[in-house]
Amino acid sequence: MSEFTLRNAVVVGRDGVLPGRNDVAVADGVIVDVGSDIAAPGESVDCEGAWVGPGFVDLHTHLREPGQEWKEDIETGSRAAALGGYTAVVAMPNTEPATDAGHLARYVADRGAQVGLVEVVPGGTITAGRAGIKLAHLDDLWSAGVTLFTDDGDSVADAGLLRRAMEYLAERDGVVAQHCIDAGLAAGGQMHEGAVSSRLGMAGVPRAAEEIVIARDLSLVRLTGVRYHVQHVSTAGAMDLVAAAKAEGLRVTAEVTPHHLLFDHSYVEQINPLYKMMPPLREPSDLEALREGLRTGAIDVVATDHAPHADHEKDHPWEEAPFGVTGVEWAAAVTNTVVELDAERFFAVMSTKPAEIADLDGQGVLEVGAAANLVVFDPLAKANTTRTASRSTNSPYLGRDLNGAVRHTIFKGEFTVRDGSVDNLVGAPE
Amino acid sequence: MKHLLTMEGVDRATLTSLLDDADEFYEVMHRPIPKVPALRGKTVATMFFEPSTRTKMSFERAAKSLSADTLSFSPGTSSLKKGESLKDTVLTVKAMGADLMVVRHTSTGAAWRVAEWAGVPVVNGGDGAHQHPTQALLDSLTLRQHFGGLDGLRVAIVGDIRHSRVARSDVWAFTTLGAEVTLVAPPTLLPPDLVGWPVAVSSDFDDVLSEVDAVYVLRVQAERGGASVFPSVAEYRQRYGMTNARFNTLKPDTIVMHPGPMIRGIEIDGGVAVDPRCKVLEQVTNGVAVRMAVLFQLLGGSKDV
Repeated sequence: MSEFTLRNAVVVGRDGVLPGRNDVAVADGVIVDVGSDIAAPGESVDCEGAWVGPGFVDLHTHLREPGQEWKEDIETGSRAAALGGYTAVVAMPNTEPATDAGHLARYVADRGAQVGLVEVVPGGTITAGRAGIKLAHLDDLWSAGVTLFTDDGDSVADAGLLRRAMEYLAERDGVVAQHCIDAGLAAGGQMHEGAVSSRLGMAGVPRAAEEIVIARDLSLVRLTGVRYHVQHVSTAGAMDLVAAAKAEGLRVTAEVTPHHLLFDHSYVEQINPLYKMMPPLREPSDLEALREGLRTGAIDVVATDHAPHADHEKDHPWEEAPFGVTGVEWAAAVTNTVVELDAERFFAVMSTKPAEIADLDGQGVLEVGAAANLVVFDPLAKANTTRTASRSTNSPYLGRDLNGAVRHTIFKGEFTVRDGSVDNLVGAPE
Repeated sequence: MKHLLTMEGVDRATLTSLLDDADEFYEVMHRPIPKVPALRGKTVATMFFEPSTRTKMSFERAAKSLSADTLSFSPGTSSLKKGESLKDTVLTVKAMGADLMVVRHTSTGAAWRVAEWAGVPVVNGGDGAHQHPTQALLDSLTLRQHFGGLDGLRVAIVGDIRHSRVARSDVWAFTTLGAEVTLVAPPTLLPPDLVGWPVAVSSDFDDVLSEVDAVYVLRVQAERGGASVFPSVAEYRQRYGMTNARFNTLKPDTIVMHPGPMIRGIEIDGGVAVDPRCKVLEQVTNGVAVRMAVLFQLLGGSKDV
């Protein structure tokens, strides 16, 4: 086990940014001291100019294992996540087979632990096989450590079925996370319905397709009291619904993806499937609202919706290409570039709040005695967008100019990323 | 001009130059031997991933009239059935020595992707409901032949605008050449957002009819979901069909156009279809002439040979 001290950084602890420059000492996987000019044994790692805070936590990563390993697997996805500054990711359960029972969730968690680069937290489905017909093995999933339940990729369309899932999970205090798209309104939809879709002649997905599901679900949250999380909010109206629900006192949270913060539907004019995702890229007014919502707290977290697809799947005409793009390596840089949060809010949306939502012990907290899951992020450096550790290259960020680079990622007290690279691991976990 | 993919943003000089060349090739088509050696030794590949009668034949006729060789491809009998991707199909056809590819595909932007992959000039023969530029050229040529020019012409385009690549192409070509365009359709067959379109919009066909110089009738595209968005065919015909009765209310010099295939009894009555003021067959002939002009310009042919 390593002993080292991160020195001269802006340190973000449980109660916010510590005054001045500070050091964080790590030994045996635990944060053993925090303060300025602390005396500690082991290596000193100069972190001048960087922010040090709890490692990032992603509530929305598609690792594709089991079943679609040609797109990504838990090892390649973990490596990409570590490069992105993550120390924990919630693996979306739309695998093949779908993660709808305990043994499948255990497989995902065990593979993650074996790889050992980030904590891989299995998400579970709400319905068996994600088919939307009957409940998944919710108790079984719960006992395998699943706290976040979603049929991501599809909405649970049947309100009666969703209500039963919510009632069941409310008792456990689990989280129902919903991919909010009404299938009828979105039928055949390829992109945001608006001026660009009209000119391109493509079937659109109106904002209402998202908002109508959220509005319905909020009625069910009132009925059941469950913790409810809106995945990848893409419209100003959806965000307003979430904000109103919070004001009412409902236990509702929401995430936004980096691509919905950075790109609007005009990017679709290139007709390049690197900009094809669901929900689709919306309008500049939506982007502005989402950015502001992330600053003010109407939106709680940034989640990547990292969705790898192989070249042979994505390199097609638009309508034949699948939805989804990768981005776990650059989510922090995108957020830092377009929203310009202060260090405290930045770590709240990237680390602390997502760890809280998924109920993760030892994640999202930087304080003495806590597990040493940390990231050293330089907000002024340029992100490295020349390479990806993902198995797939379907990223709109490759080659893009982004501000903010992950210098080091530390998972359980060991460097998983050192100087922006996974190639020179120091004391790699077993 | 490297490719011909869209009518949006193409300037008046470019359109006029293509139409002027088309006029010359129209004359060639009516010679006793309707053929010139302008593209001798060149190979034009027509790759239609979606059914087509007139456009595919028209391009092949145009290529042959310029003495080019043609390679043709149709999805029903090709390796597509075996799962080959568009990209691999394009690279395969390129490897056989195609000098130009004409592509029709159900997916928006397919011709742009082919242009990325092919390394040779690409003509968009129709991509989804997006663009069909040679249709707009042949329609413009038909209007220009009949009226002498498009400046100040009033054209109504009626029907399934939402699913129509013809409308999305004609709107830009017609207005760039000086015409005024009114779109006529029920709300469910209009694109959801027309911001930036240089057009007027109406849902009252009869109100528009008496004022226009040309009525452009579109087919209801059942295959793109066009039939599920109005109550019934009878009601559609009643409000938006070019019926014999409506035809009789037109000004005596107003012409009727249609991109084909016509579905008589829905968007157009049989009596209108055979009236001399219905220009459908002239459009077809003009299609060959404009496609000759497009192939000629993209392949850098010489008129001197």
